Amino acid sequence: MKDLLNGWGATAVVFLPLVGAAVMLAIPKSEETLHKVVALTTSLVVFAVGVALLVNFDYDHGATLQFFQDKTWIEVINSRYIVGIDGISLPLIALTVFVVPLVIVYSWDHFPEPHNPKAFLLLILILETGMVGSFVAQDLLLFFVFFEFVLLPMYFMIGVYGGENRKYASLKFFLYTAFGSALMIVAILATYFLSPEVVIDGVSRHTFSMVALTEWGGAGLAKNTAILIFGGFFMGFGIKVPMFPFHTWLPDAHTQAPTQGSVILAAVLLKLGTYGFVRIAIPILPEGAKWWAPIIGGLAVIGIIYGALGCLAQTDMKRLIAFSSVAHMGYVMLGIATLTPFGINAAIFGMVAHGLITGMLFFIAGSVKDRYHTLEIKRLGGLLLQAPRMGWLLGFSSMASLGLPGLAGFWGEFPAILSAYNPGAGLDEALFRFYMVVAAIGTVFAAGYLLWLLQRVAFGTPTEEFEKAHIHDMHLTDYIAWAPMIVFIVVLGVYPNLIFKVTDSAVVHSLTALGGS
Amino acid sequence: MLTHAWLIPAIPAVAFVLILAFGKKLPRGGSEIGIASVSICFVLALAVATGWIGRVNHPPASEHGTDTQEVVTEHGTEPAAEGDHATETEPGTEDAPATAEEHGAAATADDRLPVASAAAEEAGEEHHSTPPVVREMKWFQSNGINFQVGTMIDGLSTVMLVVVTLISLLVHVFSTDYVAGDRRYTHYFAFLSLFTASMLFYVLSSSTLQMIVGWELVGLCSFGLIGHWWEEKPNSDAALKAFLVNRVGDIGLLCGMIILFFAAGGTFSVVDINTMANHGEIRHFLLLMASLSLITAVMSKSGQFILHTWLPDAMAGPTPVSALIHAATMVVAGIYMVARLYGVFFNGLSIGTGNINALAVVGSVTLLFGALLAFVQSDIKKVLAYSTVSQLGYMVMALGVGAWTAAIFHLFTHAFFKACLFLGSGSLAHHIHSFDFKKDMGGMRKTMPRTYVTFLIGTAALMGVPIVTSGFWSKDEVLAGASMLGGNGDGYTFALVMGLLAAACTCAYMTRLIWYVFFGEPRGKSAEHHLHENGPRIVLPLMILAFLAITSGWTNLPAKVFGISVPENLALRFEHFVEPTDTYFPTAANGFHHPEFVPWIAMVSLVAIIVGAGGAYLWYWKGMGPHGITERNRFARAGYKILENKYGLDILYVDWIAGSFKGPIAKAANWVNQNVLDGVVNAVGTTARRSGEAVYRYIDQGVVDGAVNASGAGADGAGEILRKAQTGKVQAYGAYLFVGAALLAAIFVIAS
Repeated sequence: MKDLLNGWGATAVVFLPLVGAAVMLAIPKSEETLHKVVALTTSLVVFAVGVALLVNFDYDHGATLQFFQDKTWIEVINSRYIVGIDGISLPLIALTVFVVPLVIVYSWDHFPEPHNPKAFLLLILILETGMVGSFVAQDLLLFFVFFEFVLLPMYFMIGVYGGENRKYASLKFFLYTAFGSALMIVAILATYFLSPEVVIDGVSRHTFSMVALTEWGGAGLAKNTAILIFGGFFMGFGIKVPMFPFHTWLPDAHTQAPTQGSVILAAVLLKLGTYGFVRIAIPILPEGAKWWAPIIGGLAVIGIIYGALGCLAQTDMKRLIAFSSVAHMGYVMLGIATLTPFGINAAIFGMVAHGLITGMLFFIAGSVKDRYHTLEIKRLGGLLLQAPRMGWLLGFSSMASLGLPGLAGFWGEFPAILSAYNPGAGLDEALFRFYMVVAAIGTVFAAGYLLWLLQRVAFGTPTEEFEKAHIHDMHLTDYIAWAPMIVFIVVLGVYPNLIFKVTDSAVVHSLTALGGS
Repeated sequence: MLTHAWLIPAIPAVAFVLILAFGKKLPRGGSEIGIASVSICFVLALAVATGWIGRVNHPPASEHGTDTQEVVTEHGTEPAAEGDHATETEPGTEDAPATAEEHGAAATADDRLPVASAAAEEAGEEHHSTPPVVREMKWFQSNGINFQVGTMIDGLSTVMLVVVTLISLLVHVFSTDYVAGDRRYTHYFAFLSLFTASMLFYVLSSSTLQMIVGWELVGLCSFGLIGHWWEEKPNSDAALKAFLVNRVGDIGLLCGMIILFFAAGGTFSVVDINTMANHGEIRHFLLLMASLSLITAVMSKSGQFILHTWLPDAMAGPTPVSALIHAATMVVAGIYMVARLYGVFFNGLSIGTGNINALAVVGSVTLLFGALLAFVQSDIKKVLAYSTVSQLGYMVMALGVGAWTAAIFHLFTHAFFKACLFLGSGSLAHHIHSFDFKKDMGGMRKTMPRTYVTFLIGTAALMGVPIVTSGFWSKDEVLAGASMLGGNGDGYTFALVMGLLAAACTCAYMTRLIWYVFFGEPRGKSAEHHLHENGPRIVLPLMILAFLAITSGWTNLPAKVFGISVPENLALRFEHFVEPTDTYFPTAANGFHHPEFVPWIAMVSLVAIIVGAGGAYLWYWKGMGPHGITERNRFARAGYKILENKYGLDILYVDWIAGSFKGPIAKAANWVNQNVLDGVVNAVGTTARRSGEAVYRYIDQGVVDGAVNASGAGADGAGEILRKAQTGKVQAYGAYLFVGAALLAAIFVIAS
């Protein structure tokens, strides 16, 4: 078992969804139930593999890449099929394989228009391959392929299954991220050409291997060059996060996307950006990171306040939640910008927590939309009376989202704020302490918009329009899809070490090139 | 029991889950689970108290400070023992500590040892010290450092355990009658349990991080219970306000705790931080900054001026909740925090050597300004709420002047008599469903005699009627502290004057309240209803609390009262058992002293009582004084208006600050988002599309196509693709993307 996983585990968790997709392709479109079963089974098998990886992961050596494979891929440019999992990627892989089956369960009876479960589920499975692939890839080009691979299914999911304004939103999503990617590929190529050659099989060649590049850590690279290359990565990842001021694709994409799309987008896709910073940009280009860190930190705290203000102005529940992502990812980016193990541990925790919590909020928003056919806040009210369980869960998720201790959100937020007090690697302390205070103020705003949302949607009595409407509380699929997320939000909140102990050594290791913290 | 104190918060946490899960199916809607759990907690708290008293009387052989801590290392991955809702999801957690190994003294091999033992040498010589019992397990790690969660038992946490569990128990019992038939009876009890668990978790904290967690969790419960009847907008508004104002204070809490974390070299441990602060191992400036930040937090949670505005509004919740949360326990969380981190505050604010400091000023201003506001209320609960604000001011002031024990002693007595008053007000309003004493009460001493007597006792304690009531002993100790502590023993004069003035005010507004509620003829609803005394589940808690409102004061009799010596085993028991004697508490070397009984203060405060109560008596009973002055005199009217508008703070916060953020500022930000940021994106798209079209029309079709006819077919093909895309944005962005990439590539080539 262990040997099998070491050889094939990482590959399996990436490509099994495609196997399922291939099976589905062979099944006629009309066999809807069969499609659902195949898709769910596939995702559960992937989940099982993920669990096997979790169980067999050697937590005492979280900094080493495990389940490591290194095979020839594109010989001519020495791009290799290198996959492996360490403490940084493990939580995110777990999050991905955990969320996808839940999304499929949730979809069971709620396929968005124009229905067609076959196509919809295919998109989800293809997405899963891209997402997990990005987290296991240890070769820059391979990473880039997966990173881009994610775009298409999401583009179709929004463009085909989205709301009224789906064309604009999907195109914007696609092109904006593609624009960032274009700059990123340039940065990747520059890294490739400017890093020293490594000897493979007796031949000295340039490499895309992240392992080798991390070891190199930008040594001997002119500082300005490092800054420029980091800038390329920054655009690629920063847009994906999304960081202020490159976030404007996100509210549109979220608002227009079907519920399932929003959940996956919030839970996993945004993390590709932050993951990129932690995994690629900072370890490979520490000098560039030092130059960029104050800027990233600044944009992060602007994002925190700005996103919150954006939330307060929204009249649509889903758009509000989308804006809250901007604010929350601000905390994650602030943690990353400190370039300290504290901050980056918090950031990874924040990624997982945000994935679960915001995913949950989008699920609920989706169900509210399903019942009321609107998400306009002023038309809603008294959810707790009409659908008490959903109302309670909205309250629970809001509390989690505003960073209540004891729930997962806190452990992404507080340590990130804390880390800003003492930034690493010669960063300007005064500036980062200022960021810390701003970020702390942001927590007030977070409470403000979330509780205000809760008050208007869940408290009070239903508006006249829906007074007599029969509102169905949670369906069976809702229970199955949501319960695990809620359990994890609580468990991680109570015992944060579940993630911290996994990431810590890997994060410390990834920052070695920065020369201590 | 001292090492198993984690059970105490764990029990109500389990009860919370059980009530939510099964409460509705039980005959008494889950209240039986709540009462059972909190009763057990109370017994356990008494056991802890007994254990602690034994420990103080017979201190452990080792004198070396914290090295007697019992540290539990945890081997499994089970999230055990942190009390709170660990148990919600992990039913097996109760077993974990049993399997954990206790390493005893040898296990403190972490970095705190040198600090602690060095400190202990110094302190150990002076007096017999009783180290706290700390028991911890690993919570999480970051940057290779382990962070612990655990329980810390000393006199302070013991007192809090007893107070919280006892009042919670009485409130539970009271509630079974009071909220009977409520639309969310089960949820009510679930939240009471969650609150009790959170509060107990908070007071047992061994680390500042844990304190933050508990602090916020009690805030959540407060939010939930204030907004218990969320169908009505004013209630949910009040709940939101409470949460948001507290969040504002939390900025200070987070910043302060972060500063302390780094100042103490990366630890959250309460003992370590305090010890280092006492031994000058933390820069004074950092201590000062941390203290000031934390004072903001105290201001919000403990209702200090200017962040007190949520507390009166919080009375929108059910009355027993007001008694438990918004008078007796949660609102003293801020006091507790200062007391817990007293090494930080004492040294950071130079309390022992100064004669004025931020904490004392905040407390002094609050105690008077809060008392003044109580005059203009016509809602019995609002009077009591402002009275709470004012009394909390006394506690903060006491801490600010260095009278630590006086503050905690006042916290202790206040918890009983204020809970008695709040529950009494609930008893009064139970049938008439109104708290408006001007409109709906009057003459109730005849219809509700038991409530009347207990309310009167509570009032006497609040006024501080000499010798008999608990309030006298505790308030007097606070004032004595203000008169004789500080640099050169000059006292904190400002605090003392404010304290005495407020004492008179307190008597006056309470006399006014008594007049309106119990005397005169019944008005409004109390006249319409046939009133009668409430049942035993309401009256019994009142009696117990009234009893304690008298007797709790005897726990800390001064050594000498008007020249009469109190026997040594009766005097200053509270100080003896509660005040920490270990290195984490300031000593005489830091300038920490104890106040003594000051006869003239007692006399002056007696005069204040007579003036205040007597004046109000003459005004209301005898109709003397310039009645109607607020209509006749411009200044009096202005003063009344200011009080009625609560100094304009609500308008400032709600309308100006919150309103402008929710309204114009948020809208402006959104406008920027839609028109500037997104405008740029869209403009880039449009421009690129236009240039694409231009390139196609003029260059491709005009130049390239014209000049090189041979390649025309290829260009045409490309043109076809371009033209077919309807929105046109794909190629626009594509073009932009290409240009950008090319540019950046060029830059790299040049730069490298």
